[in-house]
Amino acid sequence: MNEYTINNLRQLEAESINIIREVAAEFQNPVMLYSIGKDSSVMVRLAEKAFAPGKVPFPLMHVDTTWKFKEMTQFRDAYAKEKGWNLIVYKNQKGIDAGIGPFTHGSKVHTDIMKTQALLQALDKYKFDAAFGGARRDEEKSRAKERIFSFRDRYHQWDPKNQRPELWDIYNARVHKGESIRVFPISNWTELDIWQYIRMENIPIVPLYFAKERPIVELDGNLIMVDDDRMPKELAMMTRMRKVRFRTLGCYPLTGAIESEADTIEKIVEEMMTVTVSERTTRVIDFDQEASMEQKKREGYF
Amino acid sequence: MDIKEFLDQDQKKDLLRLLTAGSVDDGKSTLIGRLLYDSKKLYDDQLSALERDSKREGHAGDEIDYALLLDGLKAEREQGITIDVAYRYFSTSKRKFIIADTPGHEQYTRNMITGGSTASLAILLADARKGVITQTKRHTFLASLLGIKHVVLAVNKMDLVDFSKEVFDKICEDYRAFTMTLDIPDITFIPVSALKGDNVVDVSSNMPWYHGKSLLEFLETVQVNADYNFDDLRFPVQYVVRPTLDYRGFAGTVASGVIRVGDEVMALPSKKKSKVTGILTSEGEAQYAFPPQSASFTLVDEIDISRGEMVVHPDSIPHVDRHFEAMLVWMDETPMDSYTQFYIKHNTHSTKARIDEIKYKVNVNTLEKSKIDHFELNEIGRVVVTTNKPLIFDPYKKNHKTGSFILIDPVTHNTVAVGMILDKIDSSHLSANITDKEKEQIVKSGSLITAEQREKRYDQKAQTIWITGLHGSGKNELAYALEKELFDQGKTVVVFDGKSVRSGLSRELDYSPADRAEHLRRVAHICKLLNDQGIIVICSFISPNEDIRKQVKEIIGENRFKLVYMDTDIDFCRKNDNYGLYKLADDGKLDHLAGVDEQYDVPERPDIIINAGENGKGLERILGEI
Repeated sequence: MNEYTINNLRQLEAESINIIREVAAEFQNPVMLYSIGKDSSVMVRLAEKAFAPGKVPFPLMHVDTTWKFKEMTQFRDAYAKEKGWNLIVYKNQKGIDAGIGPFTHGSKVHTDIMKTQALLQALDKYKFDAAFGGARRDEEKSRAKERIFSFRDRYHQWDPKNQRPELWDIYNARVHKGESIRVFPISNWTELDIWQYIRMENIPIVPLYFAKERPIVELDGNLIMVDDDRMPKELAMMTRMRKVRFRTLGCYPLTGAIESEADTIEKIVEEMMTVTVSERTTRVIDFDQEASMEQKKREGYF
Repeated sequence: MDIKEFLDQDQKKDLLRLLTAGSVDDGKSTLIGRLLYDSKKLYDDQLSALERDSKREGHAGDEIDYALLLDGLKAEREQGITIDVAYRYFSTSKRKFIIADTPGHEQYTRNMITGGSTASLAILLADARKGVITQTKRHTFLASLLGIKHVVLAVNKMDLVDFSKEVFDKICEDYRAFTMTLDIPDITFIPVSALKGDNVVDVSSNMPWYHGKSLLEFLETVQVNADYNFDDLRFPVQYVVRPTLDYRGFAGTVASGVIRVGDEVMALPSKKKSKVTGILTSEGEAQYAFPPQSASFTLVDEIDISRGEMVVHPDSIPHVDRHFEAMLVWMDETPMDSYTQFYIKHNTHSTKARIDEIKYKVNVNTLEKSKIDHFELNEIGRVVVTTNKPLIFDPYKKNHKTGSFILIDPVTHNTVAVGMILDKIDSSHLSANITDKEKEQIVKSGSLITAEQREKRYDQKAQTIWITGLHGSGKNELAYALEKELFDQGKTVVVFDGKSVRSGLSRELDYSPADRAEHLRRVAHICKLLNDQGIIVICSFISPNEDIRKQVKEIIGENRFKLVYMDTDIDFCRKNDNYGLYKLADDGKLDHLAGVDEQYDVPERPDIIINAGENGKGLERILGEI
C-alpha cells in the first residue's frame, strides 16, 4: 500500500469515465439512455464527472412507455430541470394510439411495442450512432459476455457470434453509416457497487427504492403497486397497504415489489446481503422464456 | 459489525482482475463455480434456477453442475463449451474480484488474449493425472505474451491421484523447467480438487504435506499494486474540456507516472512545454493524479494539445516514431491481406498502418518459430509496422497502456488484430524489403495494343535506366543530360529523381529504410507502367540497398532494366554537394544519408559503371548500351 492507491469504486469509476469520454470523442451523435433507475442515475453522474467542469456534451433520452410509476416521472422532470440536462422524452405515439398496455395486451406485446420498438424508432429518428445503456454484466447470464462497445447492425440487431474483440481499454468505434454501438460504461459494476457509489456520492434516487406503505395487489406471486386507475377494477379491489420497496424500476404493472423494512441505503444493502433474491427476478419480463434476455437483445432491446 | 461498518470497509477494498483459462475437462468452470458458491455470493434464486437447469442439461449427474452457472449463451450451453469470454464478479471480506473466464482450446486463443488483456493474474489449470500438457504450455506462453506478472498453476483433480505429493512435485518441476525461458516473475503452485473443494477456499486436510495457502486465500493476499508504474508520466489526452473561453482542461486516464500541480510537462509530438496549474479528479480539485485515475488538468500557457497527443515529463520521454516491431495476434476469421492499410488505434490516437514484414510466426504449442507470409485466425508472430503518423509509445513490457494497439480493417471495421510493441529497434535496422508478394501483383494489361507495337511506333526500346550512387555523385546531371540527348534523337522519355517523387507521390514517407523501400516500390511500379506504354524512363535515386535494387529490377522486368552505377568516392561527392546534406548529416541534423550514417551497397553487377566526372563519355556508353 502506498499513497497512490484508489479503492475499488474509484477504480470502476475511472474505467467508466474513460469509456464515456471515448464515445464522446469518437462518435458524431451519441445519446445516453436514461431509465430513471439507480443504475442510470449512477451512469449520468459518471458522465457529469467525465466532462467537468463542462457540461455533458450529448443528450439524455428516456423512452417513456407511459406506464412508468408516477414517482419516476416526477423525479425525472424535477431532476432534469435542476441539473439543466438536455433531456429527450420519447413515446411511441402509434402504440399509444393503439391503446397498447400491459393489462390489455400482456407483458410481451407491451414491452415489445412500447419499449423495444419505441427505442428503435427514437434511435432512427435522431440518427444516434452510439447509445449508452446502464446494463451490468452481473445482472444476468447472457449479459456476462456482452462487450462494452456492443456492435449493432443497421437494423439495431445484436449478433452474439459477430462481436468485436475488446482488449485492454482500446475501443473500436468505427461504424458505417446506419450502424451503431450500444455502450455499457458500467458493465463491470455489481449491484452492491451501485449502492455503495450512490451512498458515497449522495446521488438522489427515486423514493420507490425505499420501503414505505404502498397500495399493493398480488398477481401471480408478484407484488404489484396500484399506481393509477388503469389497474383493472377487479384487481384493484384486492389492494392492501403493505410495506414494500422496489429493487428495480420499470412499468408499474410489470415490476414486482418486495416486502421490506429497508428505508435507508444501509438497510437496503443489509437486506440484500441477507435476503437472497437476485434483482432481476422482480422484473416480470425476464420469465417469458428460457434465455429470454438473449432473445430480446437480438431483437434490439438492450 | 453493523452494516455501516461493513459498507465502509467494503468501500476500501481493492480490486483484482484475474484470468482463468482451461477446457471443460480441466474442471475450470467447476473451480470458478465453487469460488463463487463458497464465497457465498450466489443468490438463492440463481441456485434454484441452477438446480432446474442441471437436471435438464447438466453434465454432472445428480450433483450441482457449477459450470452451468458460468455458461451464458444458449448455443454455447447446447454444445457444452464456453466459447466467449465471460466476466464474473465476486468479493470476499478482503478484496473484490473480476474474473475473465475464457475457454481453453487452441481455436479460442483469441478469447484468452482478450480476457487476459486486462488481468493482473492468471489461474491456469493442470489435470493432476496428465501433468504439464500442450495446453498448459500454450496458456502459459499467452500469459507471458500479455505480460501477466502473476501466474497460479492450480493442479486440479488431486483426489484422483490419491492426493499424492510426488505427483504434485513432479508437475511443479516440469512446469518450472518449461517457464525458465518465459518472462513470468511470480509463479505459485496450488494442489486442488475443484469438485471436492480441497484447497479452493479452505486448506485441505487431505494434503497435510502442502503448507501453502488455499487458492482463495492466495487471491486475497497477492500484491498487485506494485505492478503500476508511478515513475514515467504518460498522460494520453483523450478529450479537451472547454466550458468557457478561458478554461481549457485536458482530460484523460493517467497511463503511468504521477502528474502534479506545478510540474513542468511536455506535450508530444509537438515538444511544447508548459506548467500544470490545476488538476481535477473525480473527487474534485487535487494536487496530483496517478494511475489508474481519470483526471483533467490545466496549463499556464495557451498551448494547443489535442486528442491523441500525450503529455509527459521532459526527463522521461517515450518513443515517437512511425516504425516499430510488435508481437501481433490475428483475431479475425478472414486471413490477413498484406496490402491492407489498416486503421491502428493506440490509446487515444488513431492513424493508418501497414505491416512491412512478418519476421516469424510462433507456434503456440511448441514455441517454435517459422516463416510465414500472412496471418490466419489465432496466429501470433513478430511483425514490422509502419504508421502514417508517428505513434508515441513505450515497449509493452514497460507500459501496457502505451505499448498496446489494435488494428481495424478499413472495410469491415472489425478489430482484426491486436499488438504489443517490442523494445524499439532503431528504425535503420528495421526491414527494408519490398514484400515478396509484390511479384504476384504484376498483372497483364487489358490493352489491345502490345508493348511491341508501341515501341515500333516510337521507334525505341522501352526500358528503365536506373542510376544509383551516393548523393553528389552526379546522378541527376547525367540523368538530365541523357534525357536531353534522347529527346533530341526523337525518343519519348521521362526522368524521375528523388526530389520530384518525394514532393508528391511519396510525400508521407521519410528516409528510414522501411519507407525508402516503399518509396522505391512505387517508383518501380511507375517505371513498369510507363515501359508498358513504350516509354523510356530514366531514374536517379541513391537507392543504397542491393536487395531493394534487385527487387526493383524484378518489378520492372530484367530485360527492361539497366543499372548504372556512379562510382565516385565520398570526397568527390561532398565537394559536389549543392544542398549541404553531408554537413547536416555530420551535425546529426539529418538521418539515413548513405555514406554517412547509412551503408551504401556497391552494386554487385551493374550494367554500366561511370567514374567520377566522366559525364560526357559516360553518356555515350549508356547510349551505346540501349
